[in-house]
Amino acid sequence: MNLLYFFIWSLLKVIVVTVVMLLGVAYTVLLERKLVGRIQNRWGPSRVGPFGLLQPLVDGAKSFLKEDIIPTAVDKPLYLLAPMIALGCALISIAVVPFGDPGIAVSGFRLFQISDVNIGLLVILGITSIGVYGVALAGWSSNNKYSLLGSLRSSAQLVSYELALGLSLVGVVLRAGSLNLRVIVESQASKGLLTWNIFGGLQIFAFFIYLMAAYAETNRSPFDLPEAESELTAGYHTEYSSMKFAMFFMAEYANMITVGCVATMLFLGGWTSPLGNLLPTPQNIVLRSLLPIFWFVLKVFSFLFLYVWVRGTLPRFRYDQLMNFGWRYLLPLAILNIVGTSLWLAYK
Amino acid sequence: MHLILFLLFAGLCLAGAINLLLQSHPINSALSLIVVMTSLAVLYLLLGAEFLAAAQVIVYAGAVMVLFTFVIMLLNAGREEHTLGSRAARTVGFPAVAAILAILATVILHIQGLGTATMQDGITSTEDLSTILFTKLLLPFEVTSVLILIAILGAVALARRGDGDTERLAGK
Repeated sequence: MNLLYFFIWSLLKVIVVTVVMLLGVAYTVLLERKLVGRIQNRWGPSRVGPFGLLQPLVDGAKSFLKEDIIPTAVDKPLYLLAPMIALGCALISIAVVPFGDPGIAVSGFRLFQISDVNIGLLVILGITSIGVYGVALAGWSSNNKYSLLGSLRSSAQLVSYELALGLSLVGVVLRAGSLNLRVIVESQASKGLLTWNIFGGLQIFAFFIYLMAAYAETNRSPFDLPEAESELTAGYHTEYSSMKFAMFFMAEYANMITVGCVATMLFLGGWTSPLGNLLPTPQNIVLRSLLPIFWFVLKVFSFLFLYVWVRGTLPRFRYDQLMNFGWRYLLPLAILNIVGTSLWLAYK
Repeated sequence: MHLILFLLFAGLCLAGAINLLLQSHPINSALSLIVVMTSLAVLYLLLGAEFLAAAQVIVYAGAVMVLFTFVIMLLNAGREEHTLGSRAARTVGFPAVAAILAILATVILHIQGLGTATMQDGITSTEDLSTILFTKLLLPFEVTSVLILIAILGAVALARRGDGDTERLAGK
């Protein structure tokens, strides 16, 4: 009975979170189109629904209805598997993210986190590293030189920047003394903004290293070389059409959201309020459960905003610059940050 | 529950390993190896070693195997041709392999005996693991890192020499 209860609760949480995540992906796309539009002094989508708000749904329907073309020369099993790996891995990592107050639970089941894993951070890193295969296999199985070049670039880029990304998080882990995301968030909770890792924790360098490595990890501008349209047509997803292309597209935006969630939890205090104890904790249970979610969503939203802003502003790197930057600057800086943080903690 | 998961992933692991040998295309073999690595991670998790499981996925299934597939894609390696193999290998090879395995198994069993491993809910925390690593197993740990350092230096030395040669050739 207990197992059944657990199963039903988990299933419910998974369904709700997946639906919310997919909606989030759809509206991140709209956010990007709107914002980039405004940056380039035009409106962006504005016809479908009020302010173009229904545009993502129409786009989704369009992707479903388009003809699905499978080129004859592709390696079919891998060609079909690749988008599934990409989207699957992008969606799974949200499972360990605590996006609300974990204190709120119905008969022992935390409402705002699917599963509370001791090594949550490593789970996210692990799933991200598996997600690389989606891109790599897509390029290889497409049997197209642009796709292959795109996926080669992408694999090399992901492997290089994963190091800097992982190392930049070590400082935070050292401070919290745990890999559990809930514990990391709670360790920054006491005084609001002042105890966030980015300010109070003096992890501001780590935050910027993470920011840049994360842009590279998600293949986003200015590191979007795997799909540089002026050189590679569309990179690894050149041969994909219809819903399969949409799956890659969704995976990219889901990865952006995940990266934003990780940044929020590790550097920006997660679901805790930036005002700390200045605001009294509301007694009303509904308000008490919704307020942390509001803060969390707000932080992730600002991160996504920054993402789009950067995309609208910066030109693309050249490939050798990208590799130089990752290995010669970000990686040593991340290692220095670890040494500095450990010395500081030892001194204290 | 544990037993079901164990059988499932041990089976997957073995199937992946056999498929790795049978596939004629290098990329399919590499993918089978990823399946093997990932199912091993689940087996570690069943034994309560969660950090080891995560490290297995990140390092082996993630980084190392991405490099493998990367190299295969870069070389654009094609389908291998299966030969029937030499007769000598078949007549001598299989008994020899069996004999070596038997000897190794006997020696190991003689020294260690059959240890017991229990599948459990309990999980060894990362803290405990690192405490052991930095106290009891400090020497092997550090020696391993020196070994890795030597490998890195070797790689750098090899890459350097190649670079210098092309420069010298270009100079002439």
